[in-house]
Amino acid sequence: MLTHQYHHRCFRVQNLRSDRTVPRLTVTLGRNLQTIGYRTLYTCTANHGPIVQFKLSDIGEGIMEVTVKEWYVKEGDKVSQFDSICEVQSDKASVTITSRYDGVIRKLYYDVDATALVGKPLVDIETEAKLIQEEDVVETPAMAREEHTHQEIKGHKTQATPAVRRLAMENNIKLSEVVGSGKDGRILKEDILNFLSKQTGAILPPAPFQDIRTPPTAPPPSAAPRPTSAAMVSRPGPAGPTGPRPVFTGKDRMEPLKGFHRAMVKTMTAALQIPHFGYCDEVDLSQLVQLRSDLKSTSEGRGVKLSYMPFFIKAASLGLLHFPILNASVDEGCQNITYKASHNVGVAMDTSQGLLVPNVKNVQLLSVFDIAQELNRLQTLGAAGQLGAADLSGGTFTLSNIGSIGGTYAKPVILPPEVAIGALGKIQVLPRFDPSGQVVRAHIMAVSWSADHRIIDGATMCRFSNLWKDYLENPARMVLDLK
Amino acid sequence: MMSNVRRMVSLFKGVCRTRTCPVHTWTSGAGLVLQSRSTDVFQNLALEDWIEANVDLRQRGVLLLWRNRPAVVIGRHQNPWTECDLQAATKAGIHVARRRSGGGTVFHDLGNLNLTFFTSKKNYDRRRNLKMITDALRRVRPELDVQATDRLDIVLNGHLKISGTASRLRRDSSYHHCTLLHSADRSALSAVLRPSTSGIHSNATPSVPSPVANLVDHAPTLQWEELLEALVDQYNEEFGCTSALTSIDPSDEASFPGIGLFVSELSSWEWTFGKTPKFSVRTVLDLSEHRSAQLHLEVKNGLVASCQVLVPPDWIPQSLADQLSQVLVGERFCRHGAAAAAVSTLLRLDGTGGRLEELSKAVLRAMG
Repeated sequence: MLTHQYHHRCFRVQNLRSDRTVPRLTVTLGRNLQTIGYRTLYTCTANHGPIVQFKLSDIGEGIMEVTVKEWYVKEGDKVSQFDSICEVQSDKASVTITSRYDGVIRKLYYDVDATALVGKPLVDIETEAKLIQEEDVVETPAMAREEHTHQEIKGHKTQATPAVRRLAMENNIKLSEVVGSGKDGRILKEDILNFLSKQTGAILPPAPFQDIRTPPTAPPPSAAPRPTSAAMVSRPGPAGPTGPRPVFTGKDRMEPLKGFHRAMVKTMTAALQIPHFGYCDEVDLSQLVQLRSDLKSTSEGRGVKLSYMPFFIKAASLGLLHFPILNASVDEGCQNITYKASHNVGVAMDTSQGLLVPNVKNVQLLSVFDIAQELNRLQTLGAAGQLGAADLSGGTFTLSNIGSIGGTYAKPVILPPEVAIGALGKIQVLPRFDPSGQVVRAHIMAVSWSADHRIIDGATMCRFSNLWKDYLENPARMVLDLK
Repeated sequence: MMSNVRRMVSLFKGVCRTRTCPVHTWTSGAGLVLQSRSTDVFQNLALEDWIEANVDLRQRGVLLLWRNRPAVVIGRHQNPWTECDLQAATKAGIHVARRRSGGGTVFHDLGNLNLTFFTSKKNYDRRRNLKMITDALRRVRPELDVQATDRLDIVLNGHLKISGTASRLRRDSSYHHCTLLHSADRSALSAVLRPSTSGIHSNATPSVPSPVANLVDHAPTLQWEELLEALVDQYNEEFGCTSALTSIDPSDEASFPGIGLFVSELSSWEWTFGKTPKFSVRTVLDLSEHRSAQLHLEVKNGLVASCQVLVPPDWIPQSLADQLSQVLVGERFCRHGAAAAAVSTLLRLDGTGGRLEELSKAVLRAMG
């Protein structure tokens, strides 16, 4: 017999309900023959308490009716005293109505936008049995109530509602020994239960229904973070030398794919219909690193942050001038190919919404600085979740700088209606041989291209990549071909 | 000034809500007048929250004087899309904020003074507060004809509104705040205080427009400092206290612990837009070649709950328009951001020769 370990099975024992201090109960469970004993401290939900009509109290200034604007609870929710129930509005005054009782909401008397009358019932709350003595209907001012619930024990003021004090009394607990986790150190029911479980080693049931805390209307006052009473993890099995093994109570969560994600599903499914081929290479960016660091301060002087991307984008555009088929589009049946005039280079951005690809329009007309400026603008909008449809559509070629997060080689997926895409890895300092056979530090970045094999062949991709690489490894050559 | 702040902070600490505060009615001699040094609307609204949550108002009342850089402030239960042209506001760098009190929309700028009267629920008396203001104005400029109306506005010369009121009541505390137009820029007002988009049907609290005036239009010599001083003196006289104007900085987390959390909540999208009561949008979208489509959107908590776009059958297949509707459901009611991303992604597969793009752009324009 496991003396200090109890199993609890939550079953609806209606006929045992009324008396809360049930004497020791022995139940035999099937073949197990484990003797289980427990004291019903808290049983499953069922109709077992009086239903109190919580009436709308006086708002002041002689106001007799208000409009219900927002409910914070619904029928079946559990509330504690002082939880917010609803928001009402009257004559430019917004009022938060809070609960007077602990219990379960059983009925809401008004819909949103309905007119509620002062002094008439607002909600029905099912409280626990033998809870609060009849109090007068008009809400007493808060200060009087707080006085009423103080209990002086050995000159030490403790705050607890009458329900909590009863619970403590029934279990022979001194309130002064319980740590209150509520506002101002108020002792809550959960604190009594926690205290008991520690004392007797009893295993307490998880809350019989989800403990839905109604959200406060305003942020909580600046008290220290309150420990929330998490659902207890049930601990079956004997306590071994290493202690009882907790059981994982996590649940799968299912939600429908909506909005942007749904659009991505469609697009990516179509994208993988395109026959992809990949081509990868390494680029030595040592000279570019030097160039960028020289130019950084000038750019910042003009108020623009300069990264490597503007160089990568401009070099790609210069390459596309020689290989326009990479900036093309095919129609659905692959009957016609359209060579796009503008180089609208898309830049994959990791935002809070996911991967978005805004594009820089007409790169063939822009300088590296112009591109940097435009990138800054797009990045700011992206971070704020404010990218517009104009920036997000019309792309003809895409570069994904996944290396800014990490990685070297990748296998990027072409974004229809484009025909090519490049993924750039992170820039790493690696040892390489220079022309004289010495080992030197080199800034190496990997690039992974994917292209539509229906219209683009490997040689084209290779030559384009070599040209792009050449511009970046020898930035001075970009100057020669700048248009 | 710093020692002032420290003293004031300890003042707050002494009267913060504790269990051991004895109960007594609010007696005279207990009032505190504060002036915020911040002109950021979110910081100042957060300051109101902080004072309400942390200062024991049973012992004393507090008057807070504050003003903001240009901002549109909507009431707790209002619809920002109907009250304000959000595109215009963003372009002009004007913040849009939702306050916690009820009532209608106001435009704040540095020429508008805000007064917040914090009291316990027992001492909540808006008319008394407004009387204090009109008495102060009459004292400093006896020729001004100012009156508080039944709607709790203050009007000049019988019909020009110079102050509007709103308030917030909680379990045991309350505040009443109001504006006071000293020298606001009225032209900026009309540019932003109009709907973002047409066709919105909503039960949100509407704003009641009224002709407004600035105090300086009728009392040109009235300086800002003079006005503040008169109000402080009158407050002290009306409520029987002897408080001097104490300047505070709400961005100081050390003096106001926890205020940062209030600021983030008040500036969040979920508060400003997500708290909008549900509404619907019904409008006709004009397309090229004299064609048109019908749009019907339901918006709950600021998110598109349902969407229907009806197109002429010979223009593009209805199934395509339905695909467009589907990708908008669940995203924020905003033409930028996730809705734009969803639409752009869908357009990648467009084979309609630009018609789906045209339709998409028209739908996005109808969204906030």
